[in-house]
Amino acid sequence: MGESTITGARIRPAVQLVGLRKVFGTAANEVVAVDDVHLEIGEGEFFSLLGPSGSGKTTVLRMIAGFELPSAGAILLEGQDVTRLAPYDRDVNTVFQDYALFPHLSVHENVEYGLKVKGVKKTERRRRAGEMLESVRLAQLGSRRPSQLSGGQRQRVALARALVNQPKVLLLDEPLGALDLKLREELQVELKQVQREVGITFVFVTHDQGEALSMSNRIAVFNHGRIEQVGSPRDIYDHPSTSFVAGFVGTSNLLNAALSHRLFGVDAVHSLRPERIRLVHAEVADGETCVSGTVTDIQYLGADCRLRVTLDNVDGTTSGDRMLATVASDGLVGVALGGPVRLAWPRFAAYTVSSTDPTTDQTTDPMRVDFTGGTPP
Amino acid sequence: MNLSRAARWVLRGATWLGLAFLYTPLIVVAVLSFNTATSLSWPPKGLTLDWWRKAWKVDGPSDALVNSLQVAVVATIIALLLGTLAAFAMQRFTFFGRSSLSFLLVLPIALPGIVTAVALQNSFSRTIDLGLFEFRIGFGFHSLVIAHATFCVVVAYNNVIARLRRSSANLLEASADLGAHASQTFRLVTFPLVRSALLAGGILAFALSFDEIIVTTFTAGSGFETLPQWIFANISRPNNVPLVNVMATFVMLVSIPLAWMAQRLSDGDGIGTGR
Ligand SMILES: Nc1ncnc2c1ncn2[C@@H]1O[C@H](COP(=O)(O)OP(=O)(O)OP(=O)(O)O)[C@@H](O)[C@H]1O
Ligand SMILES: [Mg+2]
Repeated sequence: MGESTITGARIRPAVQLVGLRKVFGTAANEVVAVDDVHLEIGEGEFFSLLGPSGSGKTTVLRMIAGFELPSAGAILLEGQDVTRLAPYDRDVNTVFQDYALFPHLSVHENVEYGLKVKGVKKTERRRRAGEMLESVRLAQLGSRRPSQLSGGQRQRVALARALVNQPKVLLLDEPLGALDLKLREELQVELKQVQREVGITFVFVTHDQGEALSMSNRIAVFNHGRIEQVGSPRDIYDHPSTSFVAGFVGTSNLLNAALSHRLFGVDAVHSLRPERIRLVHAEVADGETCVSGTVTDIQYLGADCRLRVTLDNVDGTTSGDRMLATVASDGLVGVALGGPVRLAWPRFAAYTVSSTDPTTDQTTDPMRVDFTGGTPP
Repeated sequence: MNLSRAARWVLRGATWLGLAFLYTPLIVVAVLSFNTATSLSWPPKGLTLDWWRKAWKVDGPSDALVNSLQVAVVATIIALLLGTLAAFAMQRFTFFGRSSLSFLLVLPIALPGIVTAVALQNSFSRTIDLGLFEFRIGFGFHSLVIAHATFCVVVAYNNVIARLRRSSANLLEASADLGAHASQTFRLVTFPLVRSALLAGGILAFALSFDEIIVTTFTAGSGFETLPQWIFANISRPNNVPLVNVMATFVMLVSIPLAWMAQRLSDGDGIGTGR
């Protein structure tokens, strides 16, 4: 898969966030939900806001939609300042996490709602809503009430209700969060397909890094209300610029400064993906870094195995530095629990990352394993 | 569930017995309102429509009925207005003392009627000195309306706030997001959502007011009589017992469709159950 042709830099931005900040609460007890966010989201882009719970993703989305007034900064839609416009005066639509379908209206009436309040003629709006329902494969269910639909169907109604207005930007707040895994994966594909067809800019909030990696043109990774990194899924995965991103997106070994100094002669935290590490049976190749250690755990995952290794010091004593390696199950000959092992990786596989707020980010434990299925695209 | 034949018969019998227990007295009253004799004898000696005719001709019962209806209607309207406004405010805004206020709003219905009655009677009879001027509420139609509104507000408030709580807060935002102005949102979303709750609350409030007697006795004053008061006063006068039966039957006939409607409105029409 090549690089996406759609990146914010090349096309007129649909959304610009300039120094956006949002503070909740009273002066004595304030919560900075969003801080100093600068972003440009290109027209037609599928852009994800990724981050852990409470990192401010929803707040950013609500400010773009017009439900919250920023404490500072500006929001531009296609170059126009909309910071102080009411939601109904903005050409954006939202798909809410709980869908927020009107319970007293039928599916068809729900989809028609936006056209109705804008004064579109009855026959015209019936037709357009019908077409929209057709394209999300719900044409047969138009007369039902939302309470008579399954979760996946409600999700599609919410999507249709927003898209029928042909907004400049569609905002989606964890639209798949309430669905089970299987349905979720199905709808991920479907959503992506719809986005390609309609060509509308999608701003997609998720805390699922796999979802963000597989669907987005670009991703902004949030932590504590700030953006840690913006880039294509490949960028984010292969070149995480901070230890937080390295730990949050996929699984990473974070090699602390002391270990890095010993291994690379550089006094900075490095990130190393477990799947870049191989077992050394014979020779170390040119340009590889090699360490030895003791196997403390072997986790069998099918095609792959996950090894936990405690590294040795140069003098052969145990250092206490730990490392996670994902290796092919086939190659596991001669490796036993508690036995010695040698690991190697290409020198360029380890990246310097800047360490962010070590007290609160979740990457202080290099063995943190919450790999939720994100694969490098 | 599989029940043995015998068990089914026992259950069926018990159901009918329960219904008979509840409804026999009502049916007896209804039948006696057509009885030719004035005494409460059973079985009726013969059937007649005389009492029904007479009930509308003599002064007491029909005046009392009209009084009751007027009080109930006005108290219900006031209760719906205040209760709805309070419910919207409580749902929409957070402010200091909100939960205490919510408790204070529903308290009147939990207090024994006699306590409310004494308290209201006391305040209505006092002359209140406000420095610049003084006034006394006094007794009559208006005092009764105020008294009834105190507990009717609770019913209206409870119904509306329950509906508002059950419907997702996002609905109003979704409406604005889709381009609706505040007035459109109210007309197309908020009002339709609370409409059936309002109606159910209104019917309940009306019913509460209509048959209230304790608070009424204390706050009506001497010149004003409601139907429950008239019935209570005349049940002990043998000559008027048939008229009492007529009024009771009439009220029953009117209540049945109202109760049925309130029941229909308050349990599930699919509305307000969130998404
Ligand atoms: N209305 C509010 N009043 C006070 N604090 C708020 C409000 N909304 C959000 N916050 C706070 O702002 C921070 C960011 O919240 P936000 O909802 O944007 O996070 P999020 O990234 O969407 O998280 P999640 O993945 O759990 O939805 C949190 O600390 C939250 O407690
Ligand atoms: Mg959120």
